[in-house]
Amino acid sequence: MSEIPVTPPPLPRRPILPRALPYLLSLPALLVCIGILIPFVTAVWYSLERYNLSMPYMRSFIWFRNYISLFTDPDFWNTIQVSLIYTISTVVLELLLGLGIALLLRERSRLNNIISIALLMPLMTAPAIAALMWKLMTNPGFGVLSWLISLVGVTDFKWASSPHTAMFTVVLVDIWVYTPFMMILLLAGLRSLPQQPFEAAKLDGVNAGFVFLRITLPMLTPFLFTAVLFRTLDSIQQFDIIYAMTQGGPGNSLLVFQVRAYLEFFSYTNVGRSAAILMVLWAITYVLSQVFVRQWMKLRERAHGAS
Amino acid sequence: MYEKAKDLCEAFQARGIGRRDLMRRLAALGITAGIADMLVNATATRALAADFDWKAYKGTSLKLLLNKHPYADSMIADLEAFKTLTGMDVTYDIFPEDVYFDKVTAALSSHSTEYDAFMTGAYQTWQYGPAGWLVDMNEFLQDKSKVAPNYDWEDILPNLRASDSWSGKPGDALGGPGAKQWALPWGFEVYMLTYNKPVFDKLKLTPPKNMQELMTTAATITQSGGNGMYGVGLRGSRSWATIHPGFLSGYANFGGRDFTVADGKLKSAVNSKESKEFTAQFVQMVQDSGPKNWATYTWYEVGADLGAGTSGMIYDADSLGYFTATGDTKMKGQLGFAPIAPNPEMSHPTSNVWIWSLAMSNFSKRKDATWLFMQWATGTDHLLFGAREHDMIDPVRSSIWKDSEFQAHMEQKVPGFLETYQVTSPDAKIYFTPQPLFFNVTTDWAAALQRMVAKQIPVSEGLDALAAATDRQMSDAGLG
Repeated sequence: MSEIPVTPPPLPRRPILPRALPYLLSLPALLVCIGILIPFVTAVWYSLERYNLSMPYMRSFIWFRNYISLFTDPDFWNTIQVSLIYTISTVVLELLLGLGIALLLRERSRLNNIISIALLMPLMTAPAIAALMWKLMTNPGFGVLSWLISLVGVTDFKWASSPHTAMFTVVLVDIWVYTPFMMILLLAGLRSLPQQPFEAAKLDGVNAGFVFLRITLPMLTPFLFTAVLFRTLDSIQQFDIIYAMTQGGPGNSLLVFQVRAYLEFFSYTNVGRSAAILMVLWAITYVLSQVFVRQWMKLRERAHGAS
Repeated sequence: MYEKAKDLCEAFQARGIGRRDLMRRLAALGITAGIADMLVNATATRALAADFDWKAYKGTSLKLLLNKHPYADSMIADLEAFKTLTGMDVTYDIFPEDVYFDKVTAALSSHSTEYDAFMTGAYQTWQYGPAGWLVDMNEFLQDKSKVAPNYDWEDILPNLRASDSWSGKPGDALGGPGAKQWALPWGFEVYMLTYNKPVFDKLKLTPPKNMQELMTTAATITQSGGNGMYGVGLRGSRSWATIHPGFLSGYANFGGRDFTVADGKLKSAVNSKESKEFTAQFVQMVQDSGPKNWATYTWYEVGADLGAGTSGMIYDADSLGYFTATGDTKMKGQLGFAPIAPNPEMSHPTSNVWIWSLAMSNFSKRKDATWLFMQWATGTDHLLFGAREHDMIDPVRSSIWKDSEFQAHMEQKVPGFLETYQVTSPDAKIYFTPQPLFFNVTTDWAAALQRMVAKQIPVSEGLDALAAATDRQMSDAGLG
């Protein structure tokens, strides 16, 4: 009896598209990732070079000398200090003001809706334009703000042109532009909070301060973190308001990271040093964002655990 | 009649008669102003084209990068003449000065081929030239076959030609041996006093002749001018632009220098005895009689205050004074001009200069055609057109300063301007030491002045610290 050879039936071939689909779906993300990474890696590379466009004959790889030069320069420590003061001042004041306004506008009413929309106007103004407006308003000769403070006897206030008041002036402009951002984010948060705890507290006759500290604030914390994270990252990278008002002066009193990096590249054509400054800024923003994100995750876990 | 009109236009081109005379005689022939202009342009084109092949690149299109400035406006108004002459097309992008040089840096550093030629200052060529972004114009100027017979290079003021040429070696003199011609001078400005005549008359003041008189006069105006008026308008922003006008002109007059050069190494000289003497007076003057928000003042605010009658005078560009005196300002027609030699021991001013120049991008794909444009734009005919018909008030060509129609035009619009220029110009030149870190050094210099004016640091100590910081920068860059 002869054996009949049995050939296994061919495996059904899956069409190519379903097999490639996972890769195709991740392709846009990969392209975006490459698009971000190439300039980033290039900037890291430049930061390790002595690279001034006007002295191409001196271009060379110098490892960390740009960083060493920055951290041994007292002016750079001034930049770190000024940037942090600016960031902390603006974020804290905008948070307090934004929260205060949000609490006032919390109740849904036609008037509150109109006011909240009107308050968003500064946010729609380009910060550089806002800075120029404020530059005019603070002009000692014809500025309306100078005139207003002269009515209460302050006649020699120099606003952005004195190193003693320059920080106050630019922080004021930043507050004018960005407080509405805090306000709208926190207002959305406040209006989305569940009503039951508030109703229960009301029935129990709990005073408003206690309700705010023990109910509103804890429940609002994720929104506060989000608002502070966005504003902190934005504020430490401030450029347009400060550059348009003072170009980093008087002296070095407002020479924050971005203004310094901009001057190094566009005015001094020093690519290496500019890249090193931006790398330090990146490191600071990375650390800050990690701290905020971790805190935010903890809060979320706590909230999930509680539910 | 046509032949007579043609003869008159040719006589005008040959400088036999002036424009005013030409127009009067053409009018006598019954020719209207519009037709007269066409005839003049046609004759000019024929005259230019007579001995040189201006049509060699017919059909080529060039692109320019321009700064928004009255000189650029003048050129744009005359572009049709160039197009007719060459058969070429010219397009341009024009940006306000705040962002203009950022755009130039971005275009050149990315080796963009978009722009063929662009406006620049001499200081910028100290960065762009050594970077390899500019064409050395000597390549064209020294090739007789490429230069139109009537393009008189020697007619351009010698200090300006020198100011746009440099060897690229830090500390080498401008226009010295081995220098490359990085750009062609096109228009410039010197620094003098422009003052508010009604206020000077009211307070019985005469234009100050030196620094002491300037300080006294400015203080008198601040105290007695009324309506919040202050004495003297000066730039003060944290920028190189604060240093190069009145400040450096006065500084040079006192014998101050930015650097000393020895064995090819640069050493800061901003803390010399002369520097400290002048700087102390300058700082005192700003504190006593300058604008309250001096530290944010650019040329724009300086001019705006003078035009509004808020400042008694300015020590700044002659062109800023001119445009304020002739523009739509409150003080129109009421401003006077005066030269100043700040050092009482000096008999004449030593004005620094800013030179608007035209440079050719090394990345241009149409260099020969671009050269034709640059030759035309810096040539006598176009510059004469700008000087007579527009506001190119500081022509770079000596022949134009001698042009009777230009002189009459200026004397009528701004009496006293030409006399002031004549006193100011003989020693007008760039008083900075050419080196590639020009913008770092001068920006730090402005920041140091701001600290001194704000009384954060005494003048002597501030200048010592500035000199030490500058030397450190020079050393880091291998220049000191």
